[in-house]
Amino acid sequence: MNLDLVATFLPKLLFEGLPVTLKLVTLAVAIGVFIAIPTALLRVHPSPLVRAFPYAFIFFFRGTPLLIQIALVYYGLSTLPWIRENEVLWPILREPFWCALIAFALNTGAYSAEILRGAIQAIPRGEVEAARAYGMRGLLIVRRIILPRAFQIGLPAYGNEIILILKGSALASSITLLDITGVARLLYARYYTPVEAFVTAGVIYLILVYLLTRGLRLIERRLSRHLLGPPETELAEDR
Amino acid sequence: MDFQGYGDLLITGAAMTIKLVLGAVSFGLVLGLIGTTLKLSRNALARAVGNAYTDLFRGLPELLVVLIMYYGAEALVRWLVNDVLALDVAVSISPYVGGVLSLGLIFGAYASEVFRGAILAIPRGHVEAARAFGMGPVLTYRRIILPQVWRVALPGLGNLFLVSLKDTALVSAIGLNELMRSANIAGRSTRDYFTFLLAAAFLYLAMTMVSMAVIALLERRANRGHVGAAGH
Repeated sequence: MNLDLVATFLPKLLFEGLPVTLKLVTLAVAIGVFIAIPTALLRVHPSPLVRAFPYAFIFFFRGTPLLIQIALVYYGLSTLPWIRENEVLWPILREPFWCALIAFALNTGAYSAEILRGAIQAIPRGEVEAARAYGMRGLLIVRRIILPRAFQIGLPAYGNEIILILKGSALASSITLLDITGVARLLYARYYTPVEAFVTAGVIYLILVYLLTRGLRLIERRLSRHLLGPPETELAEDR
Repeated sequence: MDFQGYGDLLITGAAMTIKLVLGAVSFGLVLGLIGTTLKLSRNALARAVGNAYTDLFRGLPELLVVLIMYYGAEALVRWLVNDVLALDVAVSISPYVGGVLSLGLIFGAYASEVFRGAILAIPRGHVEAARAFGMGPVLTYRRIILPQVWRVALPGLGNLFLVSLKDTALVSAIGLNELMRSANIAGRSTRDYFTFLLAAAFLYLAMTMVSMAVIALLERRANRGHVGAAGH
């Protein structure tokens, strides 16, 4: 390892690559939630016909590599004539950033929907029945009881999903996007020092993942603070 | 769909993908067992090494692991052969070896956590009973612990296998002609990326479905004779 090279690479990775990675991940996670909520709700719909659509969507995005999904959006769609001729779609699908974002959002949307479905099904029946007994109906129960409870139950699994999408964002470099990995690949091509470029990028990801894990643990503890309480009182109540 | 003569390329690519995932998972299972042994060791240094291994390979993007391991291993071998042994031969690492190495290391990092949970799930009494029968640590490990670990760990390992199967696509970045790269080559030559990428996606789906069926079969076999909490 040549440390002088690392010192040259680090600012480029941090100031050029890092903002792209962060922008991509935050937007993908935000859009992913909006995809996941209706998908998960349809996934637990009583009618099997309605359930089939979200199931097929989830199955495709969980069963194929993310790399292929990105390539399908960027290279695949651009070979279809009707997309190239479309005045609204083409300016969007021409840009690697938007293509990566579309692929990541759909991918994390599918995974999150499955997490949310599991969480919805884990909500004790009595809580929904209690809401009914209070006179709440349909959407109000979804908004006030089901979704907040599901988010709380599903948070640990969802935290893992955010970490996976952060790590997966490195794949955006495969469609020429200059995120952290993309900048590292560019530096490798320019200096032909693969180990220095990729290891420096790797350290940045490790720090990001570490910070994210810590942050998620804080949120988790805050969301379930009513279950924790000070340990002494808990013991006193048990006796 | 019209494959314009590139159908065979996709099939050989899919065969390489299967070869890659089987190689990586076999290597990863061994690494996982070593990682768990380190983590459950009484020696603090061994535990630290085991934990560093998992933290490192679970925290790095898979693509970077592939790139670092491939180029890093090549640089290491070059240094060993050309500088340490002072031999004047050109050395390189094949993309297949790079893929098995990197995907295996990732699989092993996650698998060591799965194995750890499974070993901790074995009732202490079983190990104590084995000791009382006069079994030594190695025999206890082979006859009592490992067979039970397999049953408890199988669902977790099955999930990891499916993740590894999809991660094989990343090895296309170092030039291995597996399914993803074959689809890219066919797409570039025919200027019909959409058909080939979609066909590759469905081949991955098919492989996922077959793997899921095999995992279910293995789970049923591992659970034979086991009476669960539900009583069946």
